[in-house]
Amino acid sequence: MDWLGIAISLVKIVVVFSALMGGVSVMTWVERRVSAIIQYRWGPNRVGPWGLLQPIADGIKFIQKEDIVPASAHKPFYIAAPALAVATALSAFSVIPFGSEIQVFGRTVKLVILDMDGGILWGFAATALGVYALVLAGWASRNKFSLIGGLRSSAQMISYELPLALSIASVVLMAGTLRPTEIVAQQAGWFFHWNIFKGVPLLGFILFTVAGYAETNRVPFDLPEAEGELVAGYHTEYSGMRFAAFFMAEYVNMMTSSALGITLWLGGWQLGFPVPLTGVPLVILQVLAFVGKLAFFQFLFVWIRWTLPRFRYDQLMDLGWKGLLPVSLANLALNGLLVALGLNVAR
Amino acid sequence: MDRVALFVLSVLVIASAIVVIRHKNPVVSAIGLAFNLVAIAGFYMLLGAQFVGLLQIIVYAGAIMVLILFVIMLLNLREEALPHPAGTFQRVLAPLATLAFTGVIGRALWTASPSTFPAAAAGYGTADSVGKALFTNYFYPFEAISLLLLVAMVGAVLLSKRRLP
Repeated sequence: MDWLGIAISLVKIVVVFSALMGGVSVMTWVERRVSAIIQYRWGPNRVGPWGLLQPIADGIKFIQKEDIVPASAHKPFYIAAPALAVATALSAFSVIPFGSEIQVFGRTVKLVILDMDGGILWGFAATALGVYALVLAGWASRNKFSLIGGLRSSAQMISYELPLALSIASVVLMAGTLRPTEIVAQQAGWFFHWNIFKGVPLLGFILFTVAGYAETNRVPFDLPEAEGELVAGYHTEYSGMRFAAFFMAEYVNMMTSSALGITLWLGGWQLGFPVPLTGVPLVILQVLAFVGKLAFFQFLFVWIRWTLPRFRYDQLMDLGWKGLLPVSLANLALNGLLVALGLNVAR
Repeated sequence: MDRVALFVLSVLVIASAIVVIRHKNPVVSAIGLAFNLVAIAGFYMLLGAQFVGLLQIIVYAGAIMVLILFVIMLLNLREEALPHPAGTFQRVLAPLATLAFTGVIGRALWTASPSTFPAAAAGYGTADSVGKALFTNYFYPFEAISLLLLVAMVGAVLLSKRRLP
């Protein structure tokens, strides 16, 4: 058995997942502070400098809260749903490369947890299973608001998975591979080599971003938890850490969605310009570039949430099936044509 | 390592399959089926067919089962009060089908030689090799299935457009 390989994999898993969880706690603070700025309020500014310790206070509060399971709930599913939400959200992130490679104990280690041939499909599979968490939470609560929230989420995620998959398919068509590390490697050099400028420029990325907002149940697509209509949707009955688990899963999903977009269209960890550096400093710079791009898209998520109103349910379905789907099909066909003609593609 | 994974997956597949047919609650049955499909995807991966395994999860567990679950929840099916009485047809056919199935499995076990997992050839089971196989050797069956799906789709649209009296 390759114990060193297993140990390296474990270290990567622990480091990346801890970083994600750290990112989640920072994001809760960013979300509340930025929303406050947008709405001309102060936001949480009491715990620590600029309120930066607020997430820790929140965490302690969540742990102290009573864990309520409704008497009529389906207990096994009710308990499993939040865990499933976090597990699928984290495992989807594992195919995202966050740097090139480093030398550890004389062997080359790629900075990605899972470097597999069908890596992008792995991300899809994990996200697809994440739907169950929401649906089960809604059903197991035995509460009409939860049930409607769960049903909405399943309908919404299935509808928007199609444009999402088709927009990704257009990139895969250009790149000729499903392996995220190879797709990133193809986008080396100046930023105009990034996939966003290839094929039909910008369109695929915009489609992906819109569908990604719907997949992560964020405003303007947060119908599954529309508080004006459904109290809190699928997590109405949840309290304490189980509620926090759904919260964490949502933020991890946001990061996975943006990270996938960055990997496929915006060069992943590529800097976008050549630098006269090699070895560890270059790798650190690459990881920082990845984190920086990620941070920008997290901010965009928050910005859009507190700027746009929510869609009505029929508008949501219309946009998905009559708007995004035909456009993404056209995008795929156009990109296929460009690849066939050998024009403006990655290879 | 492979054997441990095979054993764990087999137990999961059989246990979830029993849940599907034995549980009285349709939602639990549906989740059992989803679990079963994911575990079977594990078998595919174990055999080196990772592309097929991932598609199994995405298409069957991720899309089709969610739709089935959606319908079950929408119809708000409750737990069955009584088991369905088996009809004469079923009484005759079920033992015959069981016998035939046991025969097939028995013969397969009898003829199979105990062996380790064959090492997959380089590039086996990747998206590349599956795609090439589909569009060269299996081109006509592939197109026939596409046509079948198209017909089913048109049929579904036609049914949903039908005016109710």
